[in-house]
Amino acid sequence: MGLASFLKSRLIPAELDSHINRIRKPIGSLGYDPWGYNNEVMKYGFSLTRQLYEKYFRVEATGVEKIPADGPVLIVPNHSGQLPIDGLLIAYALASRETDPRIPRAMIERFFPTVPYLGNLLNEFGAVLGDPINCAKMLANGEAVIVFPEGIRGSGKLYHDRYQLKRFGNGFMHLAMKYNAPIVPVGVVGCEETIPAIANIKPLANLLGIPYAPVAMPVVLPAKVHLNFGDPMIFDDREIPEEQVTDRVEQVKAAISELIDTGLSERKRLF
Amino acid sequence: MDEQRRPHILVTGAAGALAQQVIERLRETCNLVAVDFREQVYLGDDIPSYCIDFNKRSFEDLFRRYRFDGVIHLGRIMSSQLTRMRRYNANVLGTQKLLDLSHKYGIKRIVVLSTFHVYGAVAYNPALIDEEAPLKSAGLSADLIDSVELENLANIYLWRYPDLNITILRPCNIVGPGVRNSISTLLGMERAPVLAGFSPMMQFIHIDDMADAIVLTYNKPQRGVFNVAPEDWVAYQHALKLCGCKTIPIPSIPPVLPKMILSTLKLRSFPSYLMHFFKYPVVIDGRAFAREFNFTPRRPLKEIFRFYRENKKPV
Repeated sequence: MGLASFLKSRLIPAELDSHINRIRKPIGSLGYDPWGYNNEVMKYGFSLTRQLYEKYFRVEATGVEKIPADGPVLIVPNHSGQLPIDGLLIAYALASRETDPRIPRAMIERFFPTVPYLGNLLNEFGAVLGDPINCAKMLANGEAVIVFPEGIRGSGKLYHDRYQLKRFGNGFMHLAMKYNAPIVPVGVVGCEETIPAIANIKPLANLLGIPYAPVAMPVVLPAKVHLNFGDPMIFDDREIPEEQVTDRVEQVKAAISELIDTGLSERKRLF
Repeated sequence: MDEQRRPHILVTGAAGALAQQVIERLRETCNLVAVDFREQVYLGDDIPSYCIDFNKRSFEDLFRRYRFDGVIHLGRIMSSQLTRMRRYNANVLGTQKLLDLSHKYGIKRIVVLSTFHVYGAVAYNPALIDEEAPLKSAGLSADLIDSVELENLANIYLWRYPDLNITILRPCNIVGPGVRNSISTLLGMERAPVLAGFSPMMQFIHIDDMADAIVLTYNKPQRGVFNVAPEDWVAYQHALKLCGCKTIPIPSIPPVLPKMILSTLKLRSFPSYLMHFFKYPVVIDGRAFAREFNFTPRRPLKEIFRFYRENKKPV
């Protein structure tokens, strides 16, 4: 037995293999889709994330069954914790659910494709460059897409701003309306404590060409994470002025805020 | 007179493998004339073949003599061949001459072969690029300007002279037996260069499928610009592996480093101005073409790669 197949047999038990295989995905003859998702590589990612999800962050997910079994859907959480761990855990929660599991696609920062190795790896796990055309094409394909309307404003915020929602972009609402995709709000509690940052060294970030350079401990703390999924919100596709679109975005923001409060009240301790 | 006159078609780029496949498919039903700037090729006694520069006056004599009905313009000098200046003369000015003559002599149908390179490889490209996406290539490298200019020119004639019925095809990587472009050369190598840490998604179309697509296009006078690509995708390094190629990683950061290395090495199959196509994906959406021309590619990726794997060592 070669090293590759030995690793595969250890990391990917048969039940996991069949679990992923039964999830329908629009992929080509070699297991890839146009955005670089790869079914085989995804299995390794799934297996490693399982350890993080169950053992390290001991995630408690409530209401994941509220995400529709098929058709386009936008999953909209708050963003926090410097690294996109929140996206990873939400994706795992949906991909591992017992009935109708789905492999969602996460929209990621624009600088990732320029990073060697990591950019490709993220694509293979199903992450996609956060471009409105990508999101539109995926919704048209009937995929579940995770978007963080706060973007780097959310993930790069400092510890003293924890659990405060930053400004939401309106792009996701336009796409949800155009493609009749329900929006499932998610409140993530716990990721703020994984990498608490006390400052952001902007000149260093500019120099390295990255969105932010946090001053934080060089470890990811094992904070307990709570994911609270809300009821799907459906918005019609009427032609409305931008002001009203912003109002709709505020409704989603309010729903997320409520879900965060629920998570914070349920939480007994940080770790 | 001859009521059942067979269509007379001028095929350019006759020395290329693709043109020869197209000629094979059309020679039964059409009267063909083949031209190429590079060399004169023998295509049988029934097909007159010329080695000619489109910018020379004698080119017009062909239009007078053969009274063409249509033109299939496949003769585009690839970015890995000749100098930038000579390429510009042949591809842009030559095409202009061809289109002018086509207008003058009342041609009814023109198919122009372009390339997906016109979209340009940038980190922020979305996948499944539509035909109306901006052509970023000209801004990225002076060596790809002629490809974009050729298209712009064809586009202007498309709208100005609707009677020419111009259709522009932008195929993904054309590969298979006889293809001499840079990607086909790479797949055929024992060891192929890659940029360390980058393995962009790519699309490949078999030369036979592409020839079918061109013939389908010629037979349905539907004007416009179309991407041509199968609905199947593979990462570059995975494709190399399936072709039995070992990889030679070239350091990829900082970005000036690979550029310097490639400009120094001057590899014909991996030129520095195509470097970004091996770094960032340019995945095109071929569904509009498939729908409009009822096109389904028949050769799967595995078959394409098997050909390269089994023909590593030339006999």
